[in-house]
Amino acid sequence: MRKSHIFGILVIAIAIAVIVSTAGDASSYVTFKEARVIADGGNKAKIHVVGTLKKNKKNEIIGIEESPDKLSFRFVMIDENSEEQVVLYANPIPQDFEKSEQVVVVGAYHEEAFVADKILLKCPSKYQEEEIKI
Amino acid sequence: MIHYFVGSFGHFLVILAFVSSIVASVSFFKASNNNSSWLRFGQYAFYLHAICIIGVLTVLFFIINRQYFEYHYAWNYSSKYLPIYYQISSFWNGQEGSFLLWMFWNVILGLVLLRTNKFWKPSVMTIMSFNQVFLTSMILGVIIFDLKLGSSPFLLLRDVIQDNIFKINPDFIPADGNGLNPLLQNYWMVIHPPTLFLGFASTVVPFAFAIAGIWRGKYKEWIRPALPWAQFSALVLGIGILMGAYWAYETLNFGGYWNWDPVENAIYVPWLTLVAGMHTMIAHKKSDSALKVSVILVVVTYILILYSTFLTRSGVLGETSVHSFTDLGLSGQLLIFLLVFIIGSTLLLVRKWKNLSGKKEEVSTYSREFWIFMGATVLCLMAFQVLVPTSIPVWNEILGIFGINSNLAPPADQIEFYSKFQLWFAIGLAILSGTGQFFWWKKADPEKLKKELRNPVIIALLVSSIIILFGRIKEIGFILLLTAAVYSIVANVKILLSLRKTNFRLSGGSVTHIGIAMMLIGILFSSGYSKIISKNNTGLLWSKEFPEEMNQNNLLLFQNEPRQMGEYSLLFRGMRKKIKKYGYVDANSLLPTDDPLKLIVSKDVAKGEAIVIKRGDTVSVINPENSYFEIKYSKENGKDFTLYPRIQVNELMGTLSSPDIKRTLTADLYTHISNLADPDQEPDWSETEEVKIKIGDTFFINDYVAKFIEMERINELPNVILGPEDVAVKAIIEIQGEYENYLAEPIYLIKDRMAGRIPETISEVASRITILNIHPQEDSFTFGVNTTQKDWIILEAVEKPWINILWLGTFFLVIGLSIAITRRYEEFSKMKSKNLE
Repeated sequence: MRKSHIFGILVIAIAIAVIVSTAGDASSYVTFKEARVIADGGNKAKIHVVGTLKKNKKNEIIGIEESPDKLSFRFVMIDENSEEQVVLYANPIPQDFEKSEQVVVVGAYHEEAFVADKILLKCPSKYQEEEIKI
Repeated sequence: MIHYFVGSFGHFLVILAFVSSIVASVSFFKASNNNSSWLRFGQYAFYLHAICIIGVLTVLFFIINRQYFEYHYAWNYSSKYLPIYYQISSFWNGQEGSFLLWMFWNVILGLVLLRTNKFWKPSVMTIMSFNQVFLTSMILGVIIFDLKLGSSPFLLLRDVIQDNIFKINPDFIPADGNGLNPLLQNYWMVIHPPTLFLGFASTVVPFAFAIAGIWRGKYKEWIRPALPWAQFSALVLGIGILMGAYWAYETLNFGGYWNWDPVENAIYVPWLTLVAGMHTMIAHKKSDSALKVSVILVVVTYILILYSTFLTRSGVLGETSVHSFTDLGLSGQLLIFLLVFIIGSTLLLVRKWKNLSGKKEEVSTYSREFWIFMGATVLCLMAFQVLVPTSIPVWNEILGIFGINSNLAPPADQIEFYSKFQLWFAIGLAILSGTGQFFWWKKADPEKLKKELRNPVIIALLVSSIIILFGRIKEIGFILLLTAAVYSIVANVKILLSLRKTNFRLSGGSVTHIGIAMMLIGILFSSGYSKIISKNNTGLLWSKEFPEEMNQNNLLLFQNEPRQMGEYSLLFRGMRKKIKKYGYVDANSLLPTDDPLKLIVSKDVAKGEAIVIKRGDTVSVINPENSYFEIKYSKENGKDFTLYPRIQVNELMGTLSSPDIKRTLTADLYTHISNLADPDQEPDWSETEEVKIKIGDTFFINDYVAKFIEMERINELPNVILGPEDVAVKAIIEIQGEYENYLAEPIYLIKDRMAGRIPETISEVASRITILNIHPQEDSFTFGVNTTQKDWIILEAVEKPWINILWLGTFFLVIGLSIAITRRYEEFSKMKSKNLE
């Protein structure tokens, strides 16, 4: 076997390893229900859940509870299946959190609570304004 | 009045630019058979195209600068108070403007190519012009057979936004624009996008030479003119990427310079393949091998540039990226652009493939080509490893076409995911870049090589063991990376020293490689050993539901209450505004006026002993949206410093937190605000506490010593007209704060026989004082005192050791590549002057 063949095989092997690891480490967008199934199966993988904050009839956000030192908080999130879930976050409330129209939490179930590692906010028409203010 | 003419003129120029680029492409194509009249015609068409593009830019700038808010672009990305340098930045706030910037650079590059080439002129310019056809079509804004082609930057606001106001008054012009995205209001954002787009645009030049070479049967000759361009492109794109990283470090608050965001990756990947291509081109010049690889890498680089354009502008990234553009409905057009270039170049390569063969002999392990080829392979694998996960949204879309519902998301911890591969590739790169340079001659014999390598290896091992020992580096990957990078520096310095005696012009490679190795060391320490020093070390978590390993990385600071953080004592002194000429001024002593840029000072402002601004003076604020938070860091050794992290509140775009960084030689201390008390929210006041006192009495307000100095009658009140029967008095109370004294002046007035009370709030002592009652018989007064929570901020502080090595390395990279470009361009010029090219 020529050296270049060995080299070629090595490169292909690394490329396959890259694809396999991407497939393995890629997270997924799921609902809370699916996330719980994943967690109950003993899988500790971090997943993405897309949803909104819980609001009352007056369209006020409810369910946000801040720790006394303001360094962590919990909130109620409603996923795309309209399922409610308390989410815990060990960081201060992100700025503009209450203005967001969509929330993506990245994290996993820890016993009964969903603990977020990361919160991504989608704010209303951040770069494209639809209305004119006079 | 709506200024119709400028917009129509601009749109006309866009259409003319589009037509002239088609004419130029066809003419240059016809001219490739040595037809000089077609060539002349093509040149004129390209000159016209260039004039049009520069004209379009001028018209758009005119609209922004003159504040013609009837135009959507000016309204959406600019505003009345935007300084001129940010008016330029508003170009790249929108898609159309950034396409224009790209086209502008292409035009400049085209003009340079026209001047510097003879033989290559028609064929290379065909591709340059053809490329421009597609780019210009993106901003064309015409509708052909119900098909919208491009999005024009000259659209009127009323044509873009359906608002009722236009039904009532079609000629309505808003008084002010939305303003520039606050993220872009940074000096780096004035120079970073033009640099990045020059890098972007310049990748087409080596691509054009490669395609032209294969098309015209000059299978090898294209490399000579293309090489300096590939190096130029690698240099500018590299600088562009690093500027972006530096901007992110200074402006964003994720605590670093690289976040593996899809938009960052989309530029990193073609840069890697370009650098790989540049190396194989050099290898080819020496030995005739690696021709096919060079062609493929140069072509792939440009296709990856188009792919990254597609990723960031088609909306496919969706929520996976924070800074991709919004979808303008151009995704179809972008996809066609991409596919035409993929299919076109693939067909050409397949047809001429057999002509591209170099030598068949096996490359020896002791040849320079072998090492270059290995390096290029590692670079390509690095690119591949980033490309596959970055394209996850694309995979989802492709699977969707086949009816498979895929819900793949990017890896949860991107930094960890990418680093675990990139680290090992970087180790490989460092070793290869250190060793490869020793093969100046075609073949080194093992004995000689051993002799050459012995000293660098010994020195590198020695130096890195000392660093590992003192730096307490334990991770095996970090140890290897450090050793490899130190080896690369030592080996390249050795080469540099030997070149000093012979020919310094050949030193580009070693200087660049020293830069890269330094950058690797800088990244290793600043990212690998980045330390959050605001960590909660009490071990107590608020909720038992949190996993135990969860950490709290932030610190809560109340105003004027010191707190210990590691070796520092932190003191939050309050909110500041940045005032022209005077710098940071306490926000509590500034009152608003009708002009948002002008403020009135309500209290003498002292710097040191001298009073610099008097009460009642009007001052100019630099940006009214910005607030700065003064935080004093004190150390036991007396080395104190103050940081001013920034919060920018923009009504439309939300809140942006930017860090302030204390830079020292060995480490950066990075501090940003995570959250703060909402200044617009009325505080929760405690129940009123009443105190009955006489003038001269001392009492307590929220545990602070206060003295009732006197009671004054006042004749004027803002916003209140006093009649002849009315009376107003104000109390003057001095409160002794921790660091300074505050004057509270609550007002009591009788107007139309009704008592009115105007309380005064002193936020530094978190108290509100009201005159409740006046008792003339007893000569005393009753005050009401309410207290609340003090102002607070939450901050995160991160230490980044040795980040300066990273920035220093970038300077070496720039110098090294510049030396290399000069050398390769001289080679090309020599050949051209001999009339060979």
